[in-house]
Amino acid sequence: MSGGSSSAVAGVVAGPAGTTEGSSAMMDGQAEAYNFAYLDEETKRMIRRALLKAVAIPGYQVPFASREMPMPYGWGTGGVQLTAACLRPDDTLKVIDQGADDTTNAVSIRRFFQRTADVAVTERTAEATVIQTRHRIPETPLREDQILVYQVPIPEPMRFLEPRETETRKMHALEEYGLMHVKLYEDIARHGHIATSYAYPVKVEGRYVMDPSPIPKFDNPKMEMAALQLFGAGREQRIYAIPPHTRVVSLDFEDHPFEASKADQACALCGAEDSYLDEVITDDAGTRMYVCSDTDYCGTRQAAGEEAR
Amino acid sequence: MTPLLDVRGLEKRYGARIGCTDVSFDLWPGEVMGIVGESGSGKSTLLSCLAGDLAPDRGEVIFDTRDRGPVDTVTMSEPERRMLGRTDWAFVHQTPRDGLRMGVSAGGNVGERLMAVGARHYGEIRTQALDWLGRVEIAADRIDDRPRDFSGGMQQRLQIARNLVTGPRLVFMDEPTGGLDVSVQARLLDLLRGLVREMGLSAIVVTHDLAVVRLLADRLMVMQGGRVVEAGLTDQVLDDPQHGYTQLLVSSVLQV
Repeated sequence: MSGGSSSAVAGVVAGPAGTTEGSSAMMDGQAEAYNFAYLDEETKRMIRRALLKAVAIPGYQVPFASREMPMPYGWGTGGVQLTAACLRPDDTLKVIDQGADDTTNAVSIRRFFQRTADVAVTERTAEATVIQTRHRIPETPLREDQILVYQVPIPEPMRFLEPRETETRKMHALEEYGLMHVKLYEDIARHGHIATSYAYPVKVEGRYVMDPSPIPKFDNPKMEMAALQLFGAGREQRIYAIPPHTRVVSLDFEDHPFEASKADQACALCGAEDSYLDEVITDDAGTRMYVCSDTDYCGTRQAAGEEAR
Repeated sequence: MTPLLDVRGLEKRYGARIGCTDVSFDLWPGEVMGIVGESGSGKSTLLSCLAGDLAPDRGEVIFDTRDRGPVDTVTMSEPERRMLGRTDWAFVHQTPRDGLRMGVSAGGNVGERLMAVGARHYGEIRTQALDWLGRVEIAADRIDDRPRDFSGGMQQRLQIARNLVTGPRLVFMDEPTGGLDVSVQARLLDLLRGLVREMGLSAIVVTHDLAVVRLLADRLMVMQGGRVVEAGLTDQVLDDPQHGYTQLLVSSVLQV
């Protein structure tokens, strides 16, 4: 058993040596036919190698031999593979989809790892060691001993401007990122302001321009965090990463600076004014309410409010 | 004075077949060179080699760079060559589709080269784009329209604006008037001639249309089978062709 709780980065780095015994880690309740965390050890090793490279070159898209997973593309096959390669038996897993722990995607992935790895699961951000996310960063600040795994549909930020992968790779290599600003220019020309509100392109550590996956741009400033951030695109077979405390700058124009925006409301359930809100239509007449998209954050605040009362 | 472009013994082969071979010439600042010849004579291959899109098998293409003086662009590093491609060089394609981003507005198309060399002020980029659209006779209220809504002639003029916005010194043109009707051709040629004069541009124009070179080019090279068969001042070559093929070419133009 790989014991101890070293930091998140060390956990990944020490991976190949630390989990070859994973196959003997069959625990009670775990399906016998599966290796620990579903993937075979050779595959995990391949993914960890790609992860090492990704951490060494922040924002650079590392190709990897993405496996067929028992879920459709677009449901987080990339994220699931990264989580599988990072998980250790003593980890606590949290899975969110658009900030919520109880949506289909989150529930099915959480159940998948409960069955194949028998790890502890939680809905509390602070208690998790590995958090797999789709489209959000939790409101609660993350710590150095946590790993945030993103599910990425399209890793190439310039895809819709330059369809040739050979060309975009060259542009990354030569740091030719003028095209990224053409997209922002088009936004301002058409809408009067930068209307891109999710998957807002960022420059990592002054070098690579990166697609932060479809998180709202409200979350962009949070990407300079203490936790390790890993990005997995299963269909596109790419992995990239942002190591802890790495500089992440959202692209903008001098006269149209980046702005992290959210609905100008407070949460109808917990009253939070600083969290990202979902707009929920409540009837056919167009009545709407705004609620926190981060269910754990909202729930914790509500519970605290009840106690205070 | 150093020539802007100095081409020596350029050769490009496709397997055993010759693309172009043994091409040597000088291009001086402010000069327009025409390259004519029939289809398959190696004109476009030559142009691609000069512009760095194809790697020649032999020979040198020495360009007089702003900061380092004459440098061979064939052996130059790729980032440097691509940098030249969006600053000092411009390439006007035969079909605007190849040279424009059809899904990006006219303003964005013109602004792309500016942003590629580091412009990060929206207002300034837009002002320059407007200025250039005016110079190529595209109405200012079309700035946010996409090129796919433009006519063929407008697309071609937009492509020219997009290329000239960074103030290049050398423009490669591949059949710039191909596919346009005669009156639009005349207007475009007039515009090109004006811009070339005004900006002191050097240009290499590949075409099979002798009228285009008569109007635009100071000097002329005639190509056949990948080789230059005749070269000289435009009027001299067209009015007193020496080589058999040139004589055929000149005599085959219909007189209206």
